[in-house]
Amino acid sequence: MTVAETENAIKHTDGVIESYGAKRCDLIHILQDVQEEYDYLPRPALERVSEKLNVSLPEVLRVATFYAAFSLEPRGEHLITVCTGTACHVKGAPRLIDALQRDLGLEEGQETTDDMKFTLREVRCVGCCSLAPVLTVDGRIHGNLAPEDISDILEDCF
Amino acid sequence: MPLCMTREKIGSPEALNSLAGRLKERAGGRKMVSVCLGTGCRAEGSGEVYEAIREAVGELGLEDEVIVMGSGCHGLCALGPLVILTPDDIFYPKVSPEDATEIIEKSVIGSQPVDRLLYKTGGKTCRCQSEVPFYGRQERIVLGLNGIVDPHMIEDYIREGGYQSLAEVLYKYPPEDVVSEISASGLRGRGGGGFPTGRKWESCRAVETEDGKFVICNADEGDPGAFMDRSIMEANPHTVIEGMVIGAYAVGAEEGYIYIRKEYPLALNTLQCALEQARDYGLLGHDILGSGRDFEINVARGGGAFVCGESTALTASIEGRVGEPGAKHIHTTESGLWGRPTVLNNVETWANVPEIIKRGSRWFASIGSEGSKGTKVFSLVGAIKNTGLIEVPMGITLREIIEDIGGGMAGNHGFKAVQTGGPSGGCIPADHLDMKVDFDSLIEVGSMMGSGGMIVMDESSCMVDVARYFLDFLRTESCGKCTPCRDGTEQMFMILDRICRGKAGEDELGKLEEIAELVRETSLCKLGSSAPNPVLSTLRFFRDEYEAHIRDKKCPAGVCSALIEFSIDQEKCVCCGRCANECPVDCIAGTAGKPPAKASEEDHQEGKVGEPFLIDVQECVKCGSCFDVCPTDAVEKK
Repeated sequence: MTVAETENAIKHTDGVIESYGAKRCDLIHILQDVQEEYDYLPRPALERVSEKLNVSLPEVLRVATFYAAFSLEPRGEHLITVCTGTACHVKGAPRLIDALQRDLGLEEGQETTDDMKFTLREVRCVGCCSLAPVLTVDGRIHGNLAPEDISDILEDCF
Repeated sequence: MPLCMTREKIGSPEALNSLAGRLKERAGGRKMVSVCLGTGCRAEGSGEVYEAIREAVGELGLEDEVIVMGSGCHGLCALGPLVILTPDDIFYPKVSPEDATEIIEKSVIGSQPVDRLLYKTGGKTCRCQSEVPFYGRQERIVLGLNGIVDPHMIEDYIREGGYQSLAEVLYKYPPEDVVSEISASGLRGRGGGGFPTGRKWESCRAVETEDGKFVICNADEGDPGAFMDRSIMEANPHTVIEGMVIGAYAVGAEEGYIYIRKEYPLALNTLQCALEQARDYGLLGHDILGSGRDFEINVARGGGAFVCGESTALTASIEGRVGEPGAKHIHTTESGLWGRPTVLNNVETWANVPEIIKRGSRWFASIGSEGSKGTKVFSLVGAIKNTGLIEVPMGITLREIIEDIGGGMAGNHGFKAVQTGGPSGGCIPADHLDMKVDFDSLIEVGSMMGSGGMIVMDESSCMVDVARYFLDFLRTESCGKCTPCRDGTEQMFMILDRICRGKAGEDELGKLEEIAELVRETSLCKLGSSAPNPVLSTLRFFRDEYEAHIRDKKCPAGVCSALIEFSIDQEKCVCCGRCANECPVDCIAGTAGKPPAKASEEDHQEGKVGEPFLIDVQECVKCGSCFDVCPTDAVEKK
């Protein structure tokens, strides 16, 4: 983050903390709102939350890394989430993930492409089990997929 | 429906009755088109269908006569988008926006079904929902108003008799009678454990405190493959709210929380809108229905952690901390959220409460089996034809669910197992299909009810892979507080992973069972103590599959990629080249053209003859695309 971006993040975070009345019990909600804005939790924001709520930074980080909703890394322009619920798993979600990793050139453990264009994540269940296997691209659900459909889906993002 | 009235506080049961009467009168005689806008149908384009139908109604100038309603989940997700017409009782599956005008002109104005749009099965054409076999065997108590009420209009719920149960308990029942009514009904918690709801309420009610009590709705549906609670909240949120207000009155709580998954944005919005409307009418908040009682509901958004289904972890999460379970020697009903007496039930449990009050505990207890009363909502998914959301009486058999409601297996493979209970449950094989589905029977076969996910698997599913999948889930979701769960799930996963890769030794099954037993007995909370279930149940019923992986280095179902190889039968190959086109790593070579066996002399001269394709197994990444696209099944998986 640049100096200006950091200042902005702190300002935004202050606004979020204020809207909850700076209460300790709203820590998760505050982090959720910050995550909503940036798609991840920028370090300066976490430090600010720690300071304003009077919760130690390790404790804030503990909460931020405990829950699946939070990410400490910035994400790419398009977010692809593959549902890995049971129905999707038995209907071939692992094959979709393999195809996406291959097509996006992602290494094992890498979430975001080097050009910051795509982030690939797994989600536990989006609750569309009837359409399994399912993935979402920027919130839009695609169902009944086979690995052969992946290239068309990615092309739509360009 | 455009709202012509402002929402004012309802000060008495009589005022509620009179409002319901006025709403009924206003709706009387009007035709209604109910379009399912549940997440499943939406993904199939029901939003566009809804808009097209509204437009068609507008173009024909019928806005005053026809109500177009976007409703919650109708259930039969496999055939979405679904549309229901009332009062003519016509049911249309797989509707597209182009059908809108015809539906309005012929079916809404003319009351006649459009034959080509009706659902046809087994040579029978079904005109209305009740004729569709999927709905025939169901008994819908919790889902009864799905498709009938607009979840964003509290007036619809009130019109259908909503909040009458609340009015009745506030004015006619002392709190202890409400608790005894729930106890007498035999209602057990729908979230997984099946604890008797009445007993839970009673122990909270009995606590005397000056500091206040809480009721909580667990809407953090964490089981993969389950969407019952989400659908209830999206379709009929007021039944959950009414249940909670009744429960709060019964146990003496003035504040409550709904803890909801962040991954369910639609349910969250619907719920927030419903809470707002209930407050406007004075059905929530200060002086509810003029009774002098107060109760407020807050919404807490979950952070996405499976362990938060555990009551002590959930309350920790509401308090803004990491969701680590605490020891259970002190009950949540005595010391829960912020150390105060707390009743925690899940969405479906709360949703049953108003109906039990309305129709009586005796009626509720007449449904179901010996130890499990009432109905259960399941998300029926996987390798069957009619996937969707179902509600059935407890005690129905698995076979009835899978064959009669689910319509049998989809595709060419036979039935192998049904998985219930999510990651804490197990896989049930074919010879148990005639067992009753209730809390106790499921535990007997090594599975459990869980929150209601029911995933049907066919012969193309590998049971070792399924066990590995659940242990992968559990080792990630283990909060890490206690050693048996944190390290035990990890170790079980590692053994299962080795088995799936063909790297496990013969002695590892014994080791796996030993760890499973230890984790079950020594873990702190239910996540850990039930974590071995997926392993133990598959070992119990599908041990031969484990042995095939270990001894023969084979995956009988053809799932575990390390143990399978793709090849092309040269005799069957028709040289179309589709496999080579799809191959992501270009490891299939051959020449497209006429298959040599069918080529004529002329074809040879003109160079039109192809050469059967071959897979370079060294380069193959085993993605299976060639297998999927081959038109003659020449690609073999062994």
